[in-house]
Amino acid sequence: MKYLDEYRDQRIARALAAEIAQSTTRPWVLMEICGGQTHTIMRYGLDELLPSEIELVHGPGCPVCVTPLETVDKAIELALRPDVILVSYGDMLRVPGSRSDLLRAKAQGADVRIAYSPTEAVKIARAHPDRKVVFLAIGFETTAPANAMAAWQAKRDGLQNFSMLASHVLVPPAIRALMTSPSNRVQGFIAPGHVCTVVGCKEYEDLVRDFRIPMVVGGFEPVDILDAVLMLVRQLEAGEARLENQYARSVSYQGNLPAQKIVAEVFEVADQKWRGIGAIPRSGLRLREEYAAHDADRLFGLTGLVVEEPAECISAQVLQGLKKPLDCPAFGMRCTPENPLGAPMVSTEGACAAYYHYRRHAANTQPDIAPNNKEDLCQLKTAQ
Amino acid sequence: MSAKDSAVIDFNLSCPTPLPARDTVLLGHGSGGKLSAQLVHDVFLPAFKNPALNRLDDQAIVNVNGQRLAITTDTFVVKPLFFPGGDIGSLAVHGTVNDLAMGGATPLFLSVAFIIEEGFSMDELRRVVESLRRAAEEVGVQVVTGDTKVVEKGKGDGLFINTTGVGSVRDKVDLSANRARPGDKVLLSGSIGDHGIAILAQREGLEFETEIRSDSAALHTLVSVMLGVTREIRCMRDPTRGGVSSTLNEIAQQSRVGIEIEEASLPIHEQVRGACELLGLDPLYVANEGKLIAIVPPENADAVLQAMRRHYLGTEAQIIGTVLDAHPGLVTMRTPLGTTRIVDMLSGDQLPRIC
Repeated sequence: MKYLDEYRDQRIARALAAEIAQSTTRPWVLMEICGGQTHTIMRYGLDELLPSEIELVHGPGCPVCVTPLETVDKAIELALRPDVILVSYGDMLRVPGSRSDLLRAKAQGADVRIAYSPTEAVKIARAHPDRKVVFLAIGFETTAPANAMAAWQAKRDGLQNFSMLASHVLVPPAIRALMTSPSNRVQGFIAPGHVCTVVGCKEYEDLVRDFRIPMVVGGFEPVDILDAVLMLVRQLEAGEARLENQYARSVSYQGNLPAQKIVAEVFEVADQKWRGIGAIPRSGLRLREEYAAHDADRLFGLTGLVVEEPAECISAQVLQGLKKPLDCPAFGMRCTPENPLGAPMVSTEGACAAYYHYRRHAANTQPDIAPNNKEDLCQLKTAQ
Repeated sequence: MSAKDSAVIDFNLSCPTPLPARDTVLLGHGSGGKLSAQLVHDVFLPAFKNPALNRLDDQAIVNVNGQRLAITTDTFVVKPLFFPGGDIGSLAVHGTVNDLAMGGATPLFLSVAFIIEEGFSMDELRRVVESLRRAAEEVGVQVVTGDTKVVEKGKGDGLFINTTGVGSVRDKVDLSANRARPGDKVLLSGSIGDHGIAILAQREGLEFETEIRSDSAALHTLVSVMLGVTREIRCMRDPTRGGVSSTLNEIAQQSRVGIEIEEASLPIHEQVRGACELLGLDPLYVANEGKLIAIVPPENADAVLQAMRRHYLGTEAQIIGTVLDAHPGLVTMRTPLGTTRIVDMLSGDQLPRIC
């Protein structure tokens, strides 16, 4: 497949791995922010290709995983009302709330529908003027423009039966929180390519400057990620801290200006709670006052709900890169995708689900290849 | 905001309590994945257990007066009823005939039961019946009995069809998912994911440069050709709901062996790959309705493969992997990068109502 196969090319990937091995002289801890990148790493076994000095830890960039428990509970409560159609991305349906999940609500008769795009929810609202259509709008800066567009369309068309239960999170404040946490181990970041496609690179330059930490805006295919790791290793080995853009085929410095414009028109920055992490100041987006008529929180009077989350799994440490899913005693035993203890085991972008689907044999057995041998990789490169 | 005035976060460790999926029936219980298997083991097997059922193959093989008969049943709830490459009528024949064929049986008779929603178009019903008739005629099975039920408007979704099939099992053939042995080869008859993506494209109104068509087809003649090469074939399965991954996982679990496949050897049409990329689906989990997986002893694998390739339903057949004694019950895949990953069984539904 054009534009994809070249980024999964075995020879290029192996050559990059060899280059990384040659460039690495000491241990480095790198974090990929985005859950999509985590899945590529697990799916293609990229960590197996890296020298043992390079440790990849997985970041908080899974929107489903960090959506607070209250939001899930509110969505379930709304879905169970007979006059409501709840529209959601498919991933959210199996995420456990404090007592139930949306799939179970659906089995109890709630009208829960899956949409690939938020504007589908607007269409549903148009088709059902007698019902209240609530769109469960979650996500990072990547989904915010499309969600904003849905609210904007609803306002433009005076669609009184469309509202949004919004839980939007922003990446840079989360990186700041990680960097200022006393337990931080991360020495370099692969920044989220799709987020930067929308917002551009400016905010990430600020992070590089404020924390003197190297960052590479990275893509999502195996070659992208290995390339980004190589760029980070070269900076770290040279004692540099710059922002580099590996994903230039998608990311420009300014980002997508029309997308930024619609987000700014519909949303404003607000404090936000992250599931498993806690409240982070100014780390989310909420609907502006002008959109109050389409804000499900205000419309249905849901604002007061606070749910305490019991301390049962280590997702908070996983989401901060302090622990790996395989470090969890419940992993694969009491916590599985069918019976998840936490959201990272549910979402297709969750780190625990990535380990479970692609790597759980590693919990008991050694991987069958040991590519940490630098000589082998170097020989491979010379052979090419 | 600078690093200095960014608040230090007190990370509180938090996670929700588990919700076991045992109190209500969910859509995922009909997915053909882990939840379906759980339902069969927890509810159905304890109630009905007997030697024929306990094998958990796609068909039961029973002995009647010295004659081995295969019997199987399948219900079709596909939405939409008509799709590129087929419709619920032809699918209801192919699905049941294939389950018989996977047991090494020659399909003989079918029953057909219709559950129709009040208000359903008589014209559409006639089209479905005509398609079903034609498919049965092509296969050479007779529809010898049937049933009709009509439910109130709003209590069904147009039309559901159940078919039951009976066939006679060839001599000296013993096909079962518990017969895979280390060293055996895994053969796949052709491209994967066509049916599921054709249905999804139709349902979601996705358009591609060339139409993706369902692979819905009756596989009994392909099976005949394969068993003509050797009756030593261990197992055949058609990877329908849950796709190739579910079928391989079932074989690995029932035979208590490991299976390793090569990602590069999987035949996948370019359009299907593209659609899967776009929709975030893995073709290994997407349904097929005209493909089979065979576990074949290594010494016969090439001869069987060549015979498959000469048949019009097996031109793209490939050896996709090997049965191992390592990691029993698990399916792994060598990626093009030379690394290995697990090919897991789907827990719930990737695409409901695909057949």
